[in-house]
Amino acid sequence: MARIIVVTSGKGGGGKTTTSAAISMGLALQGKRTAVIDFDVGLRNLDLIMGCERRVVYDFVNVINGEANLNQALIKDKRCDNLFVLPASQTRDKDSLTQEGVGKVLENLSKDFDYVVCDSPAGIERGATLAMYYADDAVVVTNPEVSSVRDSDRMLGILASKSRRAEQGEEPIKEYLLLTRYSPQRVKLGEMLSVDDVQEILSLHLLGVIPESKAVLNASNSGTPVILDDKSDAGQAYGDVVRRYLGETVPHRFLEEEKKGLFGRLFGG
Amino acid sequence: MRPRMSVRTSENPAPSHVFEIRGGSVNVPALRLFCSDIPAIIALLQERIQQAPEFFRDAPVVIDLHALPVDGEPLDLAELALALHQNGLVPVGIRSGEPGYQLAAKQAHLAVFSEVRHEPSPRPAEAKTPPAKLPEPKPEPRPAAVPTRIIQQPVRSGQRIYATGDLIVLAPVSAGAEIMADGNIHVYGSLRGRALAGVQGNAASRIFCMDLQAELVSVAGHYKVSESLDPSVRSKPVQVYLSNDALIVEDL
Repeated sequence: MARIIVVTSGKGGGGKTTTSAAISMGLALQGKRTAVIDFDVGLRNLDLIMGCERRVVYDFVNVINGEANLNQALIKDKRCDNLFVLPASQTRDKDSLTQEGVGKVLENLSKDFDYVVCDSPAGIERGATLAMYYADDAVVVTNPEVSSVRDSDRMLGILASKSRRAEQGEEPIKEYLLLTRYSPQRVKLGEMLSVDDVQEILSLHLLGVIPESKAVLNASNSGTPVILDDKSDAGQAYGDVVRRYLGETVPHRFLEEEKKGLFGRLFGG
Repeated sequence: MRPRMSVRTSENPAPSHVFEIRGGSVNVPALRLFCSDIPAIIALLQERIQQAPEFFRDAPVVIDLHALPVDGEPLDLAELALALHQNGLVPVGIRSGEPGYQLAAKQAHLAVFSEVRHEPSPRPAEAKTPPAKLPEPKPEPRPAAVPTRIIQQPVRSGQRIYATGDLIVLAPVSAGAEIMADGNIHVYGSLRGRALAGVQGNAASRIFCMDLQAELVSVAGHYKVSESLDPSVRSKPVQVYLSNDALIVEDL
């Protein structure tokens, strides 16, 4: 049985898709058979971030409607044999997703995979609630600013009350906080909430802090999950996140402003 | 001893109609007699009234005749009713299966309440000292305890929690969350959302919290929003209660 992970946040532009791509790639690199599903029907992005947009034939909605089977729709990653992408449909809307349909797809994926990562769309509507409905674990992606924190908080409330586990009275979804786009400089200036501030409001287990980084945009543009850029701070931070998720104790990094050496100061960071 | 009876009550006339008949139930103490000796009954009653004058003042009472000895002296209902009135009680009716007493009740303008099944009660063992057996009036029946609701998980933005009794939250209450209780509210994490105690109008209910950052606090409909909370009580352990219709927020 696969473990189903939902990457969610409520707010848009917070790094859900970047995180889904990074975590699924990270798990696959650790030898876990992993599938990542784009639930953002109508606003398909994951295929771009994963760099497989030119190989999409069938999509998630085709599978739900029985127009294609899973093996036809799953796109195997070229960099890692353990990783498969199930893209969203760009021509439909979120109403094409049904609870039974999603449930069936996840059940079938569960037979072959160790982890299924669900990339949730923004908002708390159908796409988002279906992405989290069957989840075992939730990675709540939050930016260090008040509106993002509140939206995450709202999402946590929905996770606790409207998921399958909640409805059937099972053990609740395991919730993890992932703070993204973190800038220690701006925290120091008081322009951003600190890790502690966010932790205090959300009182969640901190899975990791991803620093604001140029590497993320570069990775998105080139269709490479940022975790593969292991020279970058964001890539390393995602690497830590995956190891922490799998149970390793890894100290948190990139929480403090980096002291720039002479070269750094001369040539910029 | 304090049977729950259904009586018909009428409400004040409304302009649209003169009255309406509604079923309701009220608690009326019953005076259960074991003998028909009126002076003895009144003597003991006066003793009891002295012990708890407030309880008996203008108290309606039903005269229960089921336990009267069948072969004893018949009771003069009209005289007893008069004696009760003189002692500040308001006899409203009788309970008896005897047609004779039912007729006497009608003449004395007392209601005859329908038969209820009685648990077998011990008859007075000694007929010579029956007044001593007049049972103690029981104190007002306690309302059944409403269970306290305890929440251990954080109350998230958008969630609403309602407790019919007291509410205890052992975790933070987020901004945008709403917790409500008919009784008191205790929050041991930070209170950032809205907390409404005594939502059914219980003005004696209070809110206790360890860290007040609430958007709104309310007791029995009297509320304060975050902006009107004094900065001196913010982020502090406080209690919120009503005093003369004013909402008081006070350090703990």
